[in-house]
Amino acid sequence: MVDLSINIAGLRFKNPVLLASGTVGYGNEIAEFTDLNKLGGIVTKSLSLKPRKGNPPPRITETPSGMLNAIGLANVGVESFIKDKIPFLKKLNTTLICNIAASTIEEYVECTRILTQEEAIHAFEINVSCPNVREGGLEFGNDLNAVGRITEKVKAVTKKPIFIKLSPNVSRISDFAKVVKENGGDGVSAINTLVGTAFDINTKKPKIKNVTGGLSGPAIKPVALAKILEIKRNVDIPIIGIGGIMDWKDAVEMMIVGASAFQIGTVNFINPNAGAEIVDGLTTYCEQNSIQNISELTGSYQI
Amino acid sequence: MFVEKSQVESVQKISDNIFLIKVLAPTISSLAKPGQFCNIKVSENSFPLLRRPFSICDVEGDYLFFLFDIHGEGTKLISKKKPGESLELLGPLGNGFDYKEGFDTAVIVAGGLGVAPFPYLLKNLSYDKKVISLIGGRSKKNIVTYGLKNVLTATDDGTEGFHGTVVELLKREIKNISQSKFRIFACGPTPMLKTLQSYCVENNYDCQISVECAMACGFGICQGCPIDLVNGDSYLLVCKDGPVFEAKSVKL
Repeated sequence: MVDLSINIAGLRFKNPVLLASGTVGYGNEIAEFTDLNKLGGIVTKSLSLKPRKGNPPPRITETPSGMLNAIGLANVGVESFIKDKIPFLKKLNTTLICNIAASTIEEYVECTRILTQEEAIHAFEINVSCPNVREGGLEFGNDLNAVGRITEKVKAVTKKPIFIKLSPNVSRISDFAKVVKENGGDGVSAINTLVGTAFDINTKKPKIKNVTGGLSGPAIKPVALAKILEIKRNVDIPIIGIGGIMDWKDAVEMMIVGASAFQIGTVNFINPNAGAEIVDGLTTYCEQNSIQNISELTGSYQI
Repeated sequence: MFVEKSQVESVQKISDNIFLIKVLAPTISSLAKPGQFCNIKVSENSFPLLRRPFSICDVEGDYLFFLFDIHGEGTKLISKKKPGESLELLGPLGNGFDYKEGFDTAVIVAGGLGVAPFPYLLKNLSYDKKVISLIGGRSKKNIVTYGLKNVLTATDDGTEGFHGTVVELLKREIKNISQSKFRIFACGPTPMLKTLQSYCVENNYDCQISVECAMACGFGICQGCPIDLVNGDSYLLVCKDGPVFEAKSVKL
């Protein structure tokens, strides 16, 4: 019997398959297509203190093996999340990670302070790397000091694990992982999307209104793998891998380079049952390779 | 909403660049309502990566029909599908038209491929409803009248029917139309819908528009297809809250 469960910062996940923030809303829509209880966890859509309308359309466009999005952190805000979304989420038998995105350090702290009182939430993912909003977002994600201070201050208002979601749009991502560790963060999620753009050659206009967007999908998997490997080789901190996973093989590869768990994102738009299928694929892979506990895979690269 | 692996029955070329595909999909066929759509995975690999949304054009028993033109890699792949091959559908999606009561005459106003959702709508109208279909296109070869009744056409270049836009044709016909209680059902390119919208709002005509928008998932999780409301602080989503809206309620 293969043990797919993993443990990060004292938090148990029944398997390493998590659904990435911003790709499953608050869980209710995708539940029509898949059994969320089969998954290791769900990371909810980025929350800010007050509701955010998000960017005007067009917000997305397909690019070779990927897509660009600039949703602009559209979300219902903390109050409505607690009132309208938690009742559904707390009925699920899976680990719930709440993603927070804010414009100021104080807002990150305030959101965490309020949400940590919710029993249904098991951990937080702090988004310091959204490429599509003017304030907060990458402004923080590119600043070692800011990432350190956000980690420290958020950590001070909760006993629950804190994962910092890092940007790949930096020269050395491992420096950021180091700062997270030094300031008491429990892990890092890597990577957020890469900044990209696409133009229409006839109208000469950008294909998304925000001009630039975040690139995701299989196109970014090699980048994600390299960034995760860089962190793994330089910093002793748990990594939740993200970036272009389409199937269980991609997931195994990401664990080999250093991820303890991983999140799937863009694939949910195409195959809303992908997470459950990856759980099955991992089980078979472990059985065939005599892996008793899937955590053996993490960082098992041979270089 | 289901993911259903359908089987291609036929791909029929309707005109120069326009095709009608018929697929066997018993589950979605049994649930589909007029004005809903399916998000279709056109290939079995990651090219193209995302699904493509298509209006449900018609339903016959266990079969679904989709009307499309070739305008990119996805539609080119669908046009080459052979009978017996599979096509993965996600659907039925969206809200569909409100077509049961409140009017005596259904006025279809469609531009180009905007005719796609109407064959199934007409099939579902109660027998006592009258129908008039106003169909526009750039030129004769862009006019599709598949599955429509009582058709008047308009072309920008005058190669068929009324010389002008379909909205100008509607204005010409409105005297006749407004003899009875009517509701306009419209679908087509956004500039056409905008012109129609302002005409209908000005005159307080009952009008439902089916809107097109780039989208990834088709059921609300990607948040990729927002549409602004005339009154309201937040966006609605074309995929989940639409694709059909009251013309007076949204900003195009």
